[in-house]
Amino acid sequence: MSESGYADAQPRMGFFTDTSVCIGCKACEVACKEWNLVPAAGDASDMDLLGLSYDNTGDLGANSWRHVAFVEQQVPASRVDNLGMPAIGAPEQEDEAGVRWLMSSDVCKHCTHAACLDVCPTGALFRTEFDTVVVQPDICNGCGYCVPACPYGVIEKREEDGRAFKCTLCYDRIGDGLEPACAQACPTDSIQYGELDELRERAELRKQALHDDGVTEARLYGDDPDDGVGGDGAFFLLLDEPEAYGLPPDPVVTTRDLPAMWRRAGAAALGVAAAVVASFAGARR
Amino acid sequence: MTLAQAQHFVAPPHWTWYILFYFFVAGISGGSYLIATLFRLRGDRADEPAARLGYYVAFVALLPAPILLTLDLGKPLRFWHMMWNTTPGEPGLNFKYWSPMSVGVWALLLFGVFATVSFLESLVRDGKLGRPGGRGLDGVFGRVFITVGAILGLFIAGYTGVLLAVSNQPVWSDTWALGGLFLASGLSGSAAMLVLLQRARPAARASEGTLVRSERLYAVLELALIVIFVVTLIPDGTLGIVFGFPWLLLWLVAFAGLVPGIAGLLTSGLTVRGEPAAAHRQSGSGGTAVAAAERTSVMTSVAMPVLVLLGVLALRAAIIFSIQ
Ligand code: SF4
Repeated sequence: MSESGYADAQPRMGFFTDTSVCIGCKACEVACKEWNLVPAAGDASDMDLLGLSYDNTGDLGANSWRHVAFVEQQVPASRVDNLGMPAIGAPEQEDEAGVRWLMSSDVCKHCTHAACLDVCPTGALFRTEFDTVVVQPDICNGCGYCVPACPYGVIEKREEDGRAFKCTLCYDRIGDGLEPACAQACPTDSIQYGELDELRERAELRKQALHDDGVTEARLYGDDPDDGVGGDGAFFLLLDEPEAYGLPPDPVVTTRDLPAMWRRAGAAALGVAAAVVASFAGARR
Repeated sequence: MTLAQAQHFVAPPHWTWYILFYFFVAGISGGSYLIATLFRLRGDRADEPAARLGYYVAFVALLPAPILLTLDLGKPLRFWHMMWNTTPGEPGLNFKYWSPMSVGVWALLLFGVFATVSFLESLVRDGKLGRPGGRGLDGVFGRVFITVGAILGLFIAGYTGVLLAVSNQPVWSDTWALGGLFLASGLSGSAAMLVLLQRARPAARASEGTLVRSERLYAVLELALIVIFVVTLIPDGTLGIVFGFPWLLLWLVAFAGLVPGIAGLLTSGLTVRGEPAAAHRQSGSGGTAVAAAERTSVMTSVAMPVLVLLGVLALRAAIIFSIQ
C-alpha cells in the first residue's frame, strides 16, 4: 500500500518542468484552458494585461491552472545568447548590460503533504490513486480554508462561482492513459509528464548535463522528499533562486504545527481558567 | 508585487466582515457561558441572576454565528457538506480532527445544544416558561452539564485563533499566540458585556464586583499575550504588516479596551469599590447588594464595558484585515 492510502495504487505520477528549455509560448496555458474549460481570467472586456512584461497571466489562480512566468533580469552582455542577427553600430562591449529572460511554466505542486487537502473540512479535496491532489467541484462548498493554507498560493476561489479550483493534473485524461493537456501541447518538452521516480532520475541527469555545460546555476526545486511539504509531485529545474520565479524557498505544510498550536492554545486556556477562578475565589474571602 | 507578497508567495483568503463578526460573537458567547457557569457553580444565591444573564447572552450571541458562517461560504446551500461526506460511495459523517475548521463546526454544533438548553433552563428558572419559580437542572447532572458546556465555550472562544494560525499567511502563521489571545479577549469582552447588561437586570448587579475583578485579570493576560504575539513576529519581520498604518489605529482601540482592566488593577488591585461585603452576599439579601451596587457610576458600568467591547472587535479586525 502506498502513502496515498490506496491498496491498488498506481505509481505516483507527476510533472517535471524543465524551465531551461521553456520558450514562453504559453501553449500549455491555452491547452489547459481548452481541455478543462477554464474561464478567462479577469473581466473579458479588459484583457487583464499587466502592462509590465509579456507575463500577463500574473499568477496561478482559479482561472489559471498553468502560468508561464516571464522574468526579465539585467545580466552582463556576455551572458546573453548571441543569436547571430546582423546589427549596426560599434561591436558590443563585454561588460555592457544585457537582459535575459527566465521563463517557467508554473503549476500546482501536488504536494506529498498537501496543506489544502489537510484543512479541507468537506472532503472535496482528495488524493487520487495517482497520488495527485484534486478538488471535487460537486463536494466543495467554498469555505475557502484551502486558499490561505497552500504554501504556494496556488488554489483560489472562483469569484463568480464561489468554489475553489486548481490544476487536477488532468485526472480525467491520465486515468485513460493520456498525457495531461499542457504536457502534450508543450513543443519543447519543457513540461514532462510521467512516473515521479523516473522523472526525478531524468531531472538529475539534466541538471548534471547543464552543470557540465557550465550552467552552474541550474538547480532542482521541489524534488526533495525531505522538504517542508514532503516533496512535490510537480517539480522544476530552475536557472536562478526560487524567489526569482516567485516560488517560496522553503515551503511548509502548516498543519505540521497543529499539535503545537493546540497545546499552546490549551496552555492559554489554562491561564484564562486560572484568572477566572482567581477572580471568583476573591469574593469569598 | 510588494515585498510582503514576495516573501510569502501565498494567496489571501478573502475572509472579511462575516468572519470578523463571527469571531466576535463566538468569543462573547463562549466566554459568557463560561462565566455564567462559574457563577452558578460558586453556589451563591446572590450570583444566580448574573448566571442566568450569562446564559441568555451566550444563546443570543450564538444565534448569528451559523448565519454568518453560512453566508461566508462560496456555496451557502452546501453548508451541510461540512458535516456529511457527500463523496459518492463514501457516505458518512465528516469529522476531520486534523482540520481546525472541521473540529470547529462540530464543536459549534455541540455548544449550540448546550447554549440552547441552558437558555431554556434559565427561562424556566426565571418563570418565563410555565409556572413561575420553576426548577432547572439541579444536582450532579446539572453541574456536569454546565461544566461540559463551559469547556466547549472555552473552545469556541479560542479555536478561531488556531484556525488562523494553521494557514500559510504572514502574521497568522508566524505566531502561536492567536488561540490564547482570542480566548483572553473573548473572556474580557464577555465580562464587559455582562456588566453592561446588568443595567437592564438590576438583580444581577450583586455580581458586578466579580466581573470587574475578572476583567482586570483578563486584561493582564491579554496584554501578556499581545507581547508574546509581538515577540513571535519579530524573527519573521512581519510586525510591520499587522502594526502598520491604518491598522495601528485599530490597535490603539484594542489597547484602549485594556485600559479599564489594567488601570483598575494598578489603582485598586483586586478590590472593587462599592462591592457589597462578603457577609452581605452570604446572607443572600439581594436588596442590600443592589443598593450598594447602585453606587457604581455610569462610568464603570457603561463607558468602560463599551470601550472593552470595541477593543475586542478592533483586535480581531486588525489581525484579520491587516494581512489581506
Ligand atoms: S501546491 Fe497548494 S494547491 Fe497544490 S497540492 Fe500543494 S497545497 Fe494543494
